[in-house]
Amino acid sequence: MAGKPKLYYFDGRGKMESVRWLLAAAGVEFEEELLETREQYEKLLQDGALMFQQVPMVEIDGMKLVQTRAILNYLAATHNLYGRDLKERALYFNITEDKEKQHALIVQKATNRYFPAYEKVLRDHGQDYLVGNQFSWADIHLFEAILMVEEKKCDVLSEFPQLQMFKARISNMPRIKKFLEPGSQRKPIPDDKYVETVRRVLQMYYNVKASV
Amino acid sequence: MSGKPKLTYFNGRGRMESIRWLLAAAGVEFEEDFLETREQYLKLIQDGHLLFDQVPLVEIDGMKMVQTKAILSYIAGKHNLYGKGLKERAFIDTYVEGTTDLMQMILTLPFSPPEAKKKNLPLIIEKAKNRYFPAYEKALKQHGQGFLVGNQLSWADVHLLEAILMVEEKEPTVLSEFPLLQGFKTRISNMPTIKKFLQPGSQRKPQPDDKYVATVMKILKEG
Repeated sequence: MAGKPKLYYFDGRGKMESVRWLLAAAGVEFEEELLETREQYEKLLQDGALMFQQVPMVEIDGMKLVQTRAILNYLAATHNLYGRDLKERALYFNITEDKEKQHALIVQKATNRYFPAYEKVLRDHGQDYLVGNQFSWADIHLFEAILMVEEKKCDVLSEFPQLQMFKARISNMPRIKKFLEPGSQRKPIPDDKYVETVRRVLQMYYNVKASV
Repeated sequence: MSGKPKLTYFNGRGRMESIRWLLAAAGVEFEEDFLETREQYLKLIQDGHLLFDQVPLVEIDGMKMVQTKAILSYIAGKHNLYGKGLKERAFIDTYVEGTTDLMQMILTLPFSPPEAKKKNLPLIIEKAKNRYFPAYEKALKQHGQGFLVGNQLSWADVHLLEAILMVEEKEPTVLSEFPLLQGFKTRISNMPTIKKFLQPGSQRKPQPDDKYVATVMKILKEG
């Protein structure tokens, strides 16, 4: 079944941004339905399109996939970005995002826990990519995380030379470069308007019964 | 080296319990190393065993694996509990994410202050009854087989059973409006490896008590 994947989410990063990154890195064009009104969201619920009444949701290959990790796993596997065997896949570590924590705590955790771990992996095997000597989802995800933390503290990589080189290498890959340019489907840092939209769309959720 | 996976964690459920369930369901024997002192934990970090300075840690097939989801995916893949093909896998991943969200709420409850506990427990039960269990009841109905995905036991089934039992411990009648889930619970509980895990003397851990909470906080020196 041909046809582009279609992403259902708010007009901002949130939990969908990692999916956008992965599709862009895989060179897959995608469409987006941006949730702006409560009515749009209620319609999705009533149509039974959201298994747990939540977004992200991605229509792909005849499925309405929900749960970010499930979506990312499927896309990575179908586009050969998921390592070649079980053991390679086992090396995919995830950086847990916790958006409720303070900026300072995010930067601190990045500097003290996560970045040292990735710096060591790269230094120990001396290869360009995190796993299996080829580009994979793990590299995309780490790259996205680096940029996100740098937005909070621009010199956060100052003590991580391997990660600096990694960042430069990944930035120069053609599809990534393209996604980093203005006009791509990459979303900006969330602002007050975005937060307000999310609150408005989700607010009356408990009053809507999905059809079973 | 015995060849059995070795689990390093506190002597309680936490994030390791789902791993115990999955290994048990797969009929895999495993060993456990319990963290009882902060010194043990600091030594693990100093020896470079914890990639992100966190447990669970599972030593398996020559790897020191961390990150619960990665460990579970590996075990599921290795022991034929991850469906056949990418689409079945996508469904299993989706279902497991839902049960993870639900169990996570219960997992963190003992570590929250008393007022928060009182407030949050009814909310968790409400989410179980209005969001999660309806989704799985519907999945079973639509799929029309004994299992959530495909026609054999998968990680998703084991995880859902664990979640059902966990919620029932807080609210015993929670499945009263979900006939298919009731049938599912009985069927999966009666599968030989799972039945064995449910018996006294297995490596299944009891609900967390104050002593467990105190031990974890002392070892991690958080909060």
